[in-house]
Amino acid sequence: MTDLLNHLILGFSVALTPMNLLYCFIGVSLGTLIGVLPGIGPIGTIAMLLPATFYLPPVSALIMLAGIYYGAQYGGSTTAILVNLPGESSSVVTCLDGYAMARQGRAGPALAIAALGSLFAGCVGTLLIALFGPPLGELALKFAAPEYTSLMVLGLVCAAVLAHGSLLKAIAMVILGLLMGLVGMDVYSGMARFTFGIWALNDGIGFVVVAMGLFGFAEIISSLETKERRELFTSEVHGLWPTWADLRASWGSIVRGTAVGSVLGLVPGSGPIICSFASYTVEKRLAKEPSRFGKGAIEGVAGPESANNAAAQTTFIPMLTLGIPGTATMALMLGALMIHGISPGPQVMTQHPELFWGLIASMWIGNLILVLLNLPLIGIWVRLLTVPYRFLYPAILLFSCVGIYSLANSTLDVVLAALFGLLGYLFIKLGCEPAPLLLGFILGPLMEQNLRRALLISRGDPTIFLTRPMSLAFLLAAAFMLFVMIAPAIRRRREEVFQE
Amino acid sequence: MKISVPNKRDFFAGLLFIFFGLLAVLVARNYPTGSTIRMGPGYFPTLLGGLLALLGLIIAGRLLWASGEKVGPLALRPLVFVLGATLAFALMVRSLGLVLATLALVVISSLGGWEFRLREVTILAFVLTGVAVALFVYSLGLPLSVWPQ
Repeated sequence: MTDLLNHLILGFSVALTPMNLLYCFIGVSLGTLIGVLPGIGPIGTIAMLLPATFYLPPVSALIMLAGIYYGAQYGGSTTAILVNLPGESSSVVTCLDGYAMARQGRAGPALAIAALGSLFAGCVGTLLIALFGPPLGELALKFAAPEYTSLMVLGLVCAAVLAHGSLLKAIAMVILGLLMGLVGMDVYSGMARFTFGIWALNDGIGFVVVAMGLFGFAEIISSLETKERRELFTSEVHGLWPTWADLRASWGSIVRGTAVGSVLGLVPGSGPIICSFASYTVEKRLAKEPSRFGKGAIEGVAGPESANNAAAQTTFIPMLTLGIPGTATMALMLGALMIHGISPGPQVMTQHPELFWGLIASMWIGNLILVLLNLPLIGIWVRLLTVPYRFLYPAILLFSCVGIYSLANSTLDVVLAALFGLLGYLFIKLGCEPAPLLLGFILGPLMEQNLRRALLISRGDPTIFLTRPMSLAFLLAAAFMLFVMIAPAIRRRREEVFQE
Repeated sequence: MKISVPNKRDFFAGLLFIFFGLLAVLVARNYPTGSTIRMGPGYFPTLLGGLLALLGLIIAGRLLWASGEKVGPLALRPLVFVLGATLAFALMVRSLGLVLATLALVVISSLGGWEFRLREVTILAFVLTGVAVALFVYSLGLPLSVWPQ
């Protein structure tokens, strides 16, 4: 306990320096901005700023980039409530009841509950990182190649199971992602694979390229399919404060949402979107009158908004302690660490305590700033929403292109991103969720390396994955998840859940 | 059992997976597979490619006894102009500089929207160009050339 206290004091002493406070502020403000604006997400923004952080100290860089990520979760709910568009993909669910509340003239309480719920969830999530980070890191020091391989199998299975729609298609997307991750030089033999003679592909395809193409570009094209139609409830944001009845109705949802989000956030490949869906389902199931949901139930805003923010914090745990990125954004954070010459993994906590604890302390500060930014200053963000999409999307496209290009000054990267945009649009049309593909893509090379290393250790005996207890546990968990999905009764329920 | 040429999502999704799977297996034939102890660079891709093609076959094949959703119409206009704008930017930015590349990107991508008002687009193009130069070149210090080299 005193250890924790000492660490936190160290953390705050780092996070409270004027420079780090400034970067924390810039990060969360930018995060709110891109969260409010539909069509540009944390992935694109962080990718764009990554080259610029090269000149900052690593702590400041990480504090700012993290602020963008969790700040976006706050901003996203504003757009969802006021315009019925998910400003951030994780606030899709908030549209249902948040927008309904706005139509009833209760936009203020909806926004306030979303922000307060997020604050609570953010604080709890951060506390969890502080409590569980160090022991998990110690455990992870004992992991060798077989454990890492099995853990990644578990993560990929989770990503497939948690995706929307058909399980088979999700598994196929994971495998396709793994394959795409193999493009480039093979570390063991030095052989260039799947480069089709293009020399620049020897280093592999950058995941920013894949992520921006599959998510960013495809999203823009898909948004332009339908003519924009926005009903904005700006004038009706008065009386921000929720009533006591609102608070009483929502505190349970906030606590449950935080729990759901914290746990699911740990699972690689899940991320904030799935957490908010899960929390919405929980709330609807527990409600006395489920029929109120979709018609302005405040629980339907409180739960999911808390869940996505809790998850935004706890997704940092596997990244910081194991060096395994659970989502594309975390992969970018790892990239930021590596730019500064810090090799990710469990040793980060012991070798760079100021980095780990400074980041954690900054998250508390950032969450507080966010509530101030999002409640009293809501008017500024709302005004942004009056900008029509036909002005926004060229700007988003421009920023994305500059971001992709400047990562490596590569024309080819921008061309590839356009190709992935085409592919991503086809995936949308064919009902294939791109998130599992991206996780497969990120973990592909890591997984192949660990698999080959593990089999080298065991002299080709694949039972090594079953005889080591931790590895066996991960594989059993993966098998269990697949079994649960295939069992018909539960499958029906899953379809029901996603229809909601 | 009635077999019609299916205009179904799963059918095309399956085909896409089969295509990528077979492509991976075929290309990986050029790389040594090695053995399980010492995996060659071809081992893992061949395994994955085969698995992917198999899954694609099952996904497409399921349509023979189950119904599926249809593929919606493709929005060709935004598809062509958004991706076209990206390609134009890619080809121009290095040799012709950020200003011209940005102008081209904004004008071309605006053609993909529902309405194209020349005055609006002109203003937008110039404003965004100004912002891009000020932000990326002068504030963030990204190594981009502003004018044609």
